Amino acid sequence: MRLVGVRGVSKVFANGVEALADVSLDVRQGEFVSVLGPSGCGKSTLLRLIAGLTEPTAGTVEWSDETGKADLGFVFQEPTLMPWATAIANVALPLKLRGMAKSEREARAAEALGDVGLKGFERVWPRELSGGMKMRVSLARALVIQPKLLLMDEPFAALDEITRHRLNDDLLELWQQSGVTVVFVTHSVFESVFLSQRIVVMAARPGRVSAELAVTEPYPRSQGFRTSAEYAAWCRQASSRLGEAMAA
Amino acid sequence: MIKAKVIAPIVLGVLMLALWEGVVRAVAIPSYILPGPILVAKTLVADWGTLEPSLLVTVRITLEALAAAVVIGGLLAILFSLSRWVEQSLFPYAIILQVTPIVAIAPLIIVWANNVELSLLICAWLVAFFPILSNTILGLRSVDANLLDLFQLYGAGRWRTLVDLRLPAALPYFLGGLRISGGLALIGAVVAEFVAGTGGNASGLAWRILESGYQLKIPRMFAALVLISATGIVIYLVLSWLSHLLLRRWHESALDGEN
Repeated sequence: MRLVGVRGVSKVFANGVEALADVSLDVRQGEFVSVLGPSGCGKSTLLRLIAGLTEPTAGTVEWSDETGKADLGFVFQEPTLMPWATAIANVALPLKLRGMAKSEREARAAEALGDVGLKGFERVWPRELSGGMKMRVSLARALVIQPKLLLMDEPFAALDEITRHRLNDDLLELWQQSGVTVVFVTHSVFESVFLSQRIVVMAARPGRVSAELAVTEPYPRSQGFRTSAEYAAWCRQASSRLGEAMAA
Repeated sequence: MIKAKVIAPIVLGVLMLALWEGVVRAVAIPSYILPGPILVAKTLVADWGTLEPSLLVTVRITLEALAAAVVIGGLLAILFSLSRWVEQSLFPYAIILQVTPIVAIAPLIIVWANNVELSLLICAWLVAFFPILSNTILGLRSVDANLLDLFQLYGAGRWRTLVDLRLPAALPYFLGGLRISGGLALIGAVVAEFVAGTGGNASGLAWRILESGYQLKIPRMFAALVLISATGIVIYLVLSWLSHLLLRRWHESALDGEN
C-alpha cells in the first residue's frame, strides 16, 4: 500500500537552479527505500518536499492518509541537537511542541533513548556525547512520536566506518521492530545496499530519477552479509546504475 | 593552574605599586603632581565621607542604565528579529545613536531632560544599549537552520520558536553584549557627568574628579579614579560570573580546559 507519492515534482530555486525535474516516486507502507545519488542531485530537496518543508514548483506530493503527514520523523546530516538541553529534553522536543505534559513526554523520551541504546544517558548534555551517540539521540528524537514515515538525510555520512556500521545494524533492527517506513538518502552505494529493499538512483543537473533497483536480499541482514559475495554483487549492480546516472 | 592565573597579575600589580611608591619617594615628586599609592590609599580612607555618596550615585546610575539597556535593547532585538520590516526601518537610527559621540549629544540631553540624574541616566543608557541590541539580534539570527526546520515540522508557532529556540540560542551572544555594555554604562555615566558638571548633593565620582582638579587635591582625584576602576572591574567580574553560571553546562565558551 502506498504511503506517500511524489507526482511529477519539479523544484526551481529562487536563484534559478533547477534542483528537481519531473521526479516521481512512490513510497510504500513499511518499506525501506534508499535514495542514492551524487551530491547536487536534489536528494535532500526531495526529502524536504516530502516533509513539507519546501513547496514544489510543479507537481504534487500526495499522502494516501493525511495523518501520515503529521507523523513524520526527520533525521538530518548533523545531529542538530539543542546544546542547551539534555539528551532527554532534546528527544522530548517534538512531544513538547505538540503540547504533551512534561511527565508523559519524559517517560516516552526515556523509552526512545533506551530503544537507540542510550539508556542511562538521559541527563547528559550533547557536548558530552560522541558523534555516534549524538546521532542516536537525533534518531530517538525522530522516533519518539512513533512516526509512520522516517526521513533520513545522509544521517551517518559524517561518522567513522565502525560507528556507521553499528548504526546501520541498529537502524535495521529498529525498522523491523517498529514497522516504520524509511526513506534514506545517501551517497554511499554500500550503505544503500546493506540497508534497503529498494534503491532509487538519482542523476544530477537537473535532479531526476535515473534507475531503480530492488535489493531482494532477506532480513535480518547480519554482519556476515557485509562480507558475502551476494553483497558484493548487489554493490556492483548499484554502482553501475550510479555510474550510468552520473554519465547521463 | 587557577592559582598561577590569580597570583601572577597580583604579584605584578604589587611590584608596580612598590615601584611607583619608590620612584615618588626617591625623586621627591610633590603630591599635587603625582601622589604615591600609600597617600592615595590614605586619602581614600580619609575622604570616604565625601567619596562614598558619590560612588553610590555613579554605581546607581550605571546599574540603572545597564538595566534599561538590557530591557530596551533586548526587547528591541526580539522585535527586530520578529519583523525584518521593523528592523530595516529602525536599525539605521540605532546606528546613528551609537556612532554619535555621547559628549556631543550630552548637552542637548541635559537641556531636554531638565534633571541631572535623568540626563546622566539617558546618556549612560545611550552608550550601553547598542552592544546588547546588536549582539542579541545576531544571536536570534544564529539559529541552526535544521532546528528551525524541525520546529516547523512539528508545528511550532512563532512564539514557541522564539521561547524554545531563538532565545536560548541567543543567550551566549546576549551575555557577550551584556559584558561590553556593563563597562560602557559606567563610561557613559562618568563621561556624561563630566559634561553636565553639576555639583550639589547628587554628584557622582566624575564630579569629585573635576572638583579635586579645581582644588588641586590630586590624591583625592586618584582616589576617585581608583573607585571608578574598581567599580568597572566589579561589574565585569559579576557579569562574567553570571555568564559562566548560565552557560557552563552547554556552551563552548564556558568549557573547562579538560575537554
